[in-house]
Amino acid sequence: MLKRFIYSREGILSLIVLALFLGVGMISPAFISLPNSISIFNDTSILIMLSLGQMLVILTRCIDLSVAANVAFTGMVVAMTNQYFPQLSMAILIVLALALGALLGAINGLFVWLLKVPSIVITLGTMSIYRGCTFLLSDGAWVNSHQMSPSFIALPRFEILSVPVLSWIAVVAIIIVFWAMKYSVWGRNFYSAGGNPTAAFYSGVNVGKVQFYAFLVSGTLSGLCGYLWVSRFAVAYVDVANGFELQVVAACVIGGISIVGGVGTVVGCVVGALFIGVVNNALPIIGVSPFWQMAISGLVIVIAVIANASSDKDKARIILRKPNESDDSVQAPSH
Amino acid sequence: MDTIIKKPTTPDALLTNRLQKFFRWEMFLIILVALVFVMNSYLSPYFLDPWNLSDATFNFTEKALIALPMAMLIIAKEIDISVAAIISLSSTLMGLVAQLGAPIYLVVLMGILVGAACGLVNGVLVTQFKIPSIVVTIGTMSLFRGISYILLGDQVIREYPEGFDFFGQGYVYWVFSFELVLFVVFALGFYWLLHRTTFGRYTFAIGNNPTASYYSGIKVDKHRLILFTLVGLMSGVAAVLLTSRLGSTRPSIAMGWELSIITMVVLGGVSILGGSGTIGGVVLAVILMGLVTFGMGLLNIPGIVMTIIVGLMLISVVSLPVLISLYKGKKAKVL
Repeated sequence: MLKRFIYSREGILSLIVLALFLGVGMISPAFISLPNSISIFNDTSILIMLSLGQMLVILTRCIDLSVAANVAFTGMVVAMTNQYFPQLSMAILIVLALALGALLGAINGLFVWLLKVPSIVITLGTMSIYRGCTFLLSDGAWVNSHQMSPSFIALPRFEILSVPVLSWIAVVAIIIVFWAMKYSVWGRNFYSAGGNPTAAFYSGVNVGKVQFYAFLVSGTLSGLCGYLWVSRFAVAYVDVANGFELQVVAACVIGGISIVGGVGTVVGCVVGALFIGVVNNALPIIGVSPFWQMAISGLVIVIAVIANASSDKDKARIILRKPNESDDSVQAPSH
Repeated sequence: MDTIIKKPTTPDALLTNRLQKFFRWEMFLIILVALVFVMNSYLSPYFLDPWNLSDATFNFTEKALIALPMAMLIIAKEIDISVAAIISLSSTLMGLVAQLGAPIYLVVLMGILVGAACGLVNGVLVTQFKIPSIVVTIGTMSLFRGISYILLGDQVIREYPEGFDFFGQGYVYWVFSFELVLFVVFALGFYWLLHRTTFGRYTFAIGNNPTASYYSGIKVDKHRLILFTLVGLMSGVAAVLLTSRLGSTRPSIAMGWELSIITMVVLGGVSILGGSGTIGGVVLAVILMGLVTFGMGLLNIPGIVMTIIVGLMLISVVSLPVLISLYKGKKAKVL
């Protein structure tokens, strides 16, 4: 079991992340101290949650580019609700964030499910729309920390066993998705719908509906992250999380989730996100200018996909698979 | 509308059917352009001024130059979302050689060559390692822009040689700017390339069925490589124009352009699934977007509202045909 894990993609990637983590620790021992490790995880929590949602979407051969815009819109709505109704309890605000995120995700999902429109086009469109609506709603104004109620800001920072609630939420999300993807029929359907839509259809899986669920989950998690992001950074404005959708996709790609669908694990996804988190946190410590961050993550994505492509080269050589794929109305996002 | 729904049986009928469909789509765009034109001239007295209209073209010519080869790439079932990052890298290196005192022709050559080289990198990664182009270009998108950040950090380069501003600000004759004339020339060139040459026919063939094209003797990989390089090259050209127009370079230049470029292409009737589309449609979509942006600018509507409208246009454009066929009672393909 352990041996199999070490030789798997996720295993190798985990070892790389661990080596990177310890390597930076050799230079600066404070980096691997427990509080700093927790803070790295905490920094990466939002990325992890968004990547989990994105993973489901990518598994079903779709892509969700609207997650960051969803975060910005939901964050703004929750922040403004808090600003104008400070007495409203946190539970209501969180339910609001979840529901609104789910609604925005469902809009994407319905287009993909009922109209069979390529997800890349729909989410490209909703990405502009959601971000634009954030502007319309706020009129370009910021909601600053003094306009938010103390409990609104304090919640993700509250520590249980010296770990912030934000991290605990991420842990719970990981466990739920891990369980669902491994042990529930609902979760397994994501793999079958993406791995071979035709076979899935004949086995009684409604592929479109599964894709809808993927967008729904991705949207709900984005909504939750919308609140968490705004409250963690104690500010809401139009450009919140601008361009973050690409980091989310990058985390999935690094984690070995195949963009053509059907392949990928929760562990890979989390480790992929942690890789980005560790690199981002390590750069200032080893004295590399933060301007290197973007190029490094780009290089890592390219290397990761090349490694990925050469490891399953045999699969790509099945000649007759491609034309069949193009017959499906369920399309891989890249084609 | 019946002609669209009716299933063509013979190849000839298929062709007429396609022609009619494209004709319809382009007619629709022409009507929209005319409507927007009339509405704008009605709403704002400043719209019909030739100099104002000429100014309006600066908003879109650079993006449009990339949209032309991008249309061909998408028709061939590939996509490149690193174009804006290529502009950034190309502009950065132009700035660096300009700082060293290079003459104009060298600066321009540098910009175009860097663009072509970046496109070549994308093409090699896609064709040699068989990686889906969306993943490759998500990676190189961070990589290229990341290199710009490494080279420039938060600096701005302004030291361009005397006369370099002609490309982005100069006029060839009366109100016709160099950018506009260049766009017209390239639009005609790409029209010829896509609709009048074997290269263009091969592009459609590859987009419709890569495997069949391969077995018909088309060098599919080489073709894709050329297309990627072409997109890179045109991004280099756009970088020259944009840098010259702004007179400065910073790493965040052209941020987010990839999305509006892809929107132009899809709005122009190019199928995101590959295999169909026209240069004429793309040019019309470019004009439409340019007019709408300009008209809203005259009416003092903030630019971000424009993104909502573009997003809505994008979604309606792809869903409308599906909705119509559903309404007409044609059963949607199950899979």
